[in-house]
Amino acid sequence: MSESKTQKKPKRARIAIDEHFCKGCGLCVDNCPQHIISISGTVATSGYYPAQCPDPENKCTGCTLCARICPDVAIEVFKAKKVDGGAH
Amino acid sequence: MNTEAQEMERIFERPRALRSATTHYCPGCGHGITHRLVAEVIDELGIRETIVGVAPVGCSVLMYNYFDIDMFEASHGRAPAIATGFKRARPDLPVFTYQGDGDLAAIGIAETIHAAARGEKFTTIFINNATYGMTGGQMAPTTLVGQKTATSPTGRNCETAGYPIKVCEMLATLDAPSYIARVSVSSAKHVLKAKQAISKAFQLQLKGFPYTFVEVLSPCPTDWHMTPQEAVEWLEENMFPQYPLGEVKAPKEGV
Amino acid sequence: MEKLFMTGNEAIAEAAVRAGCRYYFGYPITPQNEIPEYMVKRLPEVGGVFLQAESEIASIFMVYGAAGSGARVMTSSASPGISLKQEGISYIAAAELPCVIVNMMRGGPGLGGIQPSQSDYFQATKGGGHGDYHLFVLAPATVQEAADLCLEAFDIADRYRNPVMILGDGVLGQMMEPVSFQDRRPAADLPEKTWALTGTKGRAANVVKTLNLDPSVLEKHNLKLQEKYKRMAKEEVRVECYQVDDAEIVIAAYGTVARIAKTAIQALREKGIKAGLVRPITLYPFPYKTFADIAPKVRKILTVEMSLGQMVEDVRLAVGDKTEVCFFGRCGGIVPGYEEIVVEVEKLTAKVAR
Ligand SMILES: Cc1ncc(C[n+]2csc(CCOP(=O)(O)OP(=O)(O)O)c2C)c(N)n1
Ligand code: SF4
Ligand code: SF4
Ligand code: SF4
Repeated sequence: MSESKTQKKPKRARIAIDEHFCKGCGLCVDNCPQHIISISGTVATSGYYPAQCPDPENKCTGCTLCARICPDVAIEVFKAKKVDGGAH
Repeated sequence: MNTEAQEMERIFERPRALRSATTHYCPGCGHGITHRLVAEVIDELGIRETIVGVAPVGCSVLMYNYFDIDMFEASHGRAPAIATGFKRARPDLPVFTYQGDGDLAAIGIAETIHAAARGEKFTTIFINNATYGMTGGQMAPTTLVGQKTATSPTGRNCETAGYPIKVCEMLATLDAPSYIARVSVSSAKHVLKAKQAISKAFQLQLKGFPYTFVEVLSPCPTDWHMTPQEAVEWLEENMFPQYPLGEVKAPKEGV
Repeated sequence: MEKLFMTGNEAIAEAAVRAGCRYYFGYPITPQNEIPEYMVKRLPEVGGVFLQAESEIASIFMVYGAAGSGARVMTSSASPGISLKQEGISYIAAAELPCVIVNMMRGGPGLGGIQPSQSDYFQATKGGGHGDYHLFVLAPATVQEAADLCLEAFDIADRYRNPVMILGDGVLGQMMEPVSFQDRRPAADLPEKTWALTGTKGRAANVVKTLNLDPSVLEKHNLKLQEKYKRMAKEEVRVECYQVDDAEIVIAAYGTVARIAKTAIQALREKGIKAGLVRPITLYPFPYKTFADIAPKVRKILTVEMSLGQMVEDVRLAVGDKTEVCFFGRCGGIVPGYEEIVVEVEKLTAKVAR
């Protein structure tokens, strides 16, 4: 979509999925309101297909819902430090 | 526009009370979620160095490998008696039991009821997954009517196997317990509420309130023979009507 | 020392308190009810806790919990109740938690009766619950000895990190005798309870557990327990030998029966029959060596029990074919009279004479 590029927001938040802990249950996928998490097609050393969240459109809001449903504490959530609201 | 340079702070991470260890739980198992909630509450209340937990016999028997706190491993169903003995000897320390539905509602129902009736000052986290997880998915006291398990292959027949036990409602008939609530970990929204209830239970204990109890409706995808997604859907569709969520008993004054 | 007049049950309870026991968990059963009834009054005086549990299963696991805190703790019961406690006893032995368990035996099997018996010897000394474990078993014969052994029991439990059983019967429990209490503090050389659960502050987390899924780890744990039992056998065997030096026939008996045997021995000696008594005070570890040493010097050993023959197996094991081991027992709550023992010994010595 050409629009997405122009509407792309600055990264407000991101998640880090630890493939070592992720068991690929997919609960984070279903619980992310932004629908930006998916299950990878590549098996990890854990033997599971881990979740991934590339989020090229910077949609992650840092709501932490993915991390809160994760049964394996595989997700860490980071949020931009509040500066001057990122206004131009 | 420089997006990546924006400084990020970590707003969600592994609680200190949980070791950095991979659990033996199946993908999508509610034990993992509930462990984390208990650990988060322990951290938030600053009680990691004082709390003593009692692990059950069931899928969560090894929970002391995951929690970085002092713990007992009980025998099947006896966690409330162990917690009673310990808490009577060390009333100054917070204590909790963590028990499955076979452990708590079948073999250990006597210990549970009497600890509750005496108003023992510990907290019980009760994992209701409507089955015996560890031994391969046999019928539990909480198995729903019609639910197929390894020992109710054609579905639980109430004529021969009776009806599921609603533990919260049963315990709420007792005078002594101060807090009894049922929560679910089937979605992030419910997880947030579950944590509030667990936190409230521990806070009440710290204030000296008697027996606090939180039942957690928890998916067992493996023994339900479902994907994690199907399991949470099945849970909400079938367990919610049988096991209504909410506080069944709470002190007049809140925390 | 001040002499008090007390039942065996009360003396055990008082001795426990003086040994530093501050927690008691139990469930009512005859003939040991005087213990909880004493504890409910006495423990609050010393800042302790008495709790009547919902069952013997619950009470033994309350003991598990309190012992896990490092406290001195006791439970008591009688035969059917001790059966119910076996699950917890196995776990306590596996987790190596120190505690004291009193069994005032009554007649079995099943609900049996409420009269005295010694028919839980196997259960007490051979394990009782599942797994390769042993209790340390003390068998007092008088109220004074019950008090003395109970005082020591808590030290033994702490020293070996092992449950200690005081094995008595309804006679001992309910008989009144004068008793004085040694002013006794816990031994100074007891190991520190670094394994106790106290909250992790300032150290790595402790776990009190019994599950070892790895067979090699579980075997190792079992071997460690066995080492401990061997150490007990080396260091702790207690036995009384009464008039055995010149004896041609020796009675083997413990607890209440040993008292009766002493009366029988006096009567026999008056009749010119040289009888003596070997009285095991520790039933586990059993005084095998004492019996082995005595065996070649006597014509016969008569084991007398209030059971149909349990300790006699250990006596036979000790003696081998060095001498004949005979048995006389009454059961079901019947306490043998000393005359009965005299008659039995006379029968045996008559055969010897022929
Ligand atoms: C005395 C005894 N009986 C039976 C067992 C076998 N057993 C182990 S776990 C379990 C049931 C566990 O189910 P639940 O309490 O529902 O916990 P879950 O595994 O579902 O978390 C049983 C029957 C045992 N360990 N001990
Ligand atoms: S919820 Fe956790 S374990 Fe499950 S797929 Fe997502 S990151 Fe992996
Ligand atoms: S923090 Fe919220 S928006 Fe971001 S990935 Fe997780 S669930 Fe999605
Ligand atoms: S069997 Fe069920 S309860 Fe046990 S770990 Fe697996 S999903 Fe969880």
